[in-house]
This record gives sequence, structure tokens and C-alpha cells, in this order.
Amino acid sequence: MNAELTSTLDSRVLALADDELILAHRDSEWTGHAPMIEEDIALANIAQDELGHATLWYDILCDLRGQPDEHADQLVYFRDAADWRNAQLLELPIGDWAFTMLRQFLFDQFEWVLLPALAKSSHIAVAQAAAKVLREEIYHTRHSTAWVRRLGQGTAESHRRMQTALDVQWPLASQLFVPMLGDAALVAAGIWPDMAPLQQQWLAKVSEMLAECGLVAPATAATRISRHTHTEHLVNLLADMQSVARLDPQADW
Amino acid sequence: MLTQKDVWQALEQIKDPEIPVINIVEMGIVREVAINGTAVMVTMTPTFSGCPALNVMRNDILAQLRTLGVAQPSVNIVNAPAWSSDWITPEARAKLNAFGLAPPAIHGGDVNVILFDMPHCPRCGSADVILKNSFGTTLCRAMYVCNQCREPFEQFKGI
Repeated sequence: MNAELTSTLDSRVLALADDELILAHRDSEWTGHAPMIEEDIALANIAQDELGHATLWYDILCDLRGQPDEHADQLVYFRDAADWRNAQLLELPIGDWAFTMLRQFLFDQFEWVLLPALAKSSHIAVAQAAAKVLREEIYHTRHSTAWVRRLGQGTAESHRRMQTALDVQWPLASQLFVPMLGDAALVAAGIWPDMAPLQQQWLAKVSEMLAECGLVAPATAATRISRHTHTEHLVNLLADMQSVARLDPQADW
Repeated sequence: MLTQKDVWQALEQIKDPEIPVINIVEMGIVREVAINGTAVMVTMTPTFSGCPALNVMRNDILAQLRTLGVAQPSVNIVNAPAWSSDWITPEARAKLNAFGLAPPAIHGGDVNVILFDMPHCPRCGSADVILKNSFGTTLCRAMYVCNQCREPFEQFKGI
């Protein structure tokens, strides 16, 4: 791979790793607080899975950069908000259960279209990681889909909460597919899939579910903001997540 | 001079940290043993990618190799081919069941084909069971209740 391809792949993998890590952290905030014990267990598992997936992507990033695996800890615990590349959808506070489940659903569906394409990547490590993650994601998509259906078709109150969550999340969800500089070369080399058709697949799948639940996607324009910008919520999340590591950077865990 | 058989037999002494009745070889986690003079490299693959037992198993393998007198032990972790619950041996499936953990059905590569299959209760053998949670006390488990004997039980998830 030439320097340009390596640099763009670095950005793509970092974005995906950051998405997984930040979602894992938000999901983990429900541990001990979920509305019922089965869901407490389920979401703690999902959070741990996403953390495992983040680790796979960070490991690839370390290899791309010629860094040891410990570089991943540096990225997670000692990086400031401005340098994170996760989508804003994932950094928003957990909100209520409907908000959390809808976000999980939108992201699971994103992975559900991305991973099969990534599994065909000409970059072997990327293809192998995607194939591995895809197997585990079956349980996530089944779970989040069941919750969107349950709440969307449930009571007037649960439906109202889903619609409220959708109104906030819908304009932000498209940031998951936002183009990056150098994408075309990466697509031409068969390393990363073209995100535009994947977005159409995602839209079709998600829209079908929303229609089934009588939920209406707001007509607001989809966001085209880059992954370089964040809300203040990421700063607060990082302050929480990084505080212990930053207390003593030399500590041996 | 160490042989392949010596190393594999030593690895069979290492139990899965979360399921102490089966060893890492019959779980299908150990993929390859390479002996090169005083160096032995064991290639292993994680079950679930977020599994915290991975590092425990890696350290157990290194310790076991040192016990065998290997001067340069190493563990190589690979993600491909992705681990499948189909690789759990028939003997290990029987041990899982006796332990109270229902083994997953064989899916042949596509887990969707068994996603809605109900396991048999490991306690009374009844097929009349209900899924309570697709997730459980570890990443690899789901929770059921048996309608026959009324006992809750866990299943090792198909993957």
C-alpha cells in the first residue's frame, strides 16, 4: 500500500474503532440501571462485545502505524476529544431506554451492511476482523430489532418515546456514512467499500422497520458534518472514562 | 526432544477458565503447534472477540510450555478462520451438558440456521424450554428456563 492509501485506511479504521469504543462506553453506563435484570445482563454483554470489536480495529490500526498493541491504550485513555473520530450519534448521553435501543438498532444496522462488504476487503486483516465481528453481531441485531419493534408497536407512551428518540437521532445517523478524503482510492483498491450504496441499503432496511412501527423519520436534512467535530457530550464522556488512567499514566494494570 | 504429541497432551491439561470441565483443545481454541528447536509457538483463536478469558488462556499456555521445559514459548493469536462453536468436540459437548450448560447445535457455518432452535434441558432432557435471554453471565451464554422441571439453565451460544 502506498502512503495515501495507508493514511486513508488509518482514518477509516480509526473511525470504526472509535464508534465501537464510544458506543461500548455509553452502553456500559446502563450496567446496574437497566429497567430489568435480563436487560441489564444483555446490554452489559453487548457493551463488552463492542469493546472487543473496538480492540480488533485498534489492533489493526497499531499494525498500520507500526506501533505495539499498547498504542491502543494511549489512543483510548490519553486522546482529547478533538482527535476522536466517532460519529456524534454514539457520544450522546444514554437518554431513556427507547433512546438507547434505537441508537443500538441504527448502529447495528450500519454494521450489518458494512461488515459483509468489509469481509471482502483486499486488506486481509480488515477482511478477517470483519468476518469475526459479523458472527457476533447476529445476536445484537436480533436484540435491538426486537426492542425497536416492542417499543415502537407497544403502548402510546413507548411509541412516543421512540419517536422522540428518532427525531434527535435521525439527522445524526447519516454521519456514519459521511465521505472521507481519499475514499475513492481506497474503494478502487478494493480495501474499503463505497459507503454511498451501503447507505442506501441501510436506509431501506431501517425504513422498513420504522414503517412497521408507524415511526416517522423527520424531514430535516441529513447531516454532512465530518467526523472531526463533536458535541460537548464527548468531552464529558472522556473526562469520565479517562480520569483514572490519567491520574497515574505510568501505572501498570 | 519434544514431540507434537507431548505439547498437545500438555495443552489438554489447560481448562477453559470460564468452563472448568472442558479443556482448550476440545474447545477448538488451539489451532496449531509449531516446534522449532527450543522454541514452541502455539496458535490460538478467541471464541468471542471481547472474551476476557483470552489473556488468561494465553498466560496458561505460556506457563504450561515452560513447565514442559520450553526455552522460548510463544502464543500467536489469530482471528481467521473465525472460531465456530461447531469446533467443540462431541466429547466436550457431553461434558458441557453434564456441567449443566446446554451445548449449541451444529450449524455448518451459518449460525442463522440454528438461531431459533431450542436446546434440551441439561437437567431433565426436556425439549419444552423457553428462552429468557439471548445473553448470559458470560459473552458465550444464553439463559433458558425448562418448562418441565422448572429449572433455569444456560446454553453455550452458537457462533
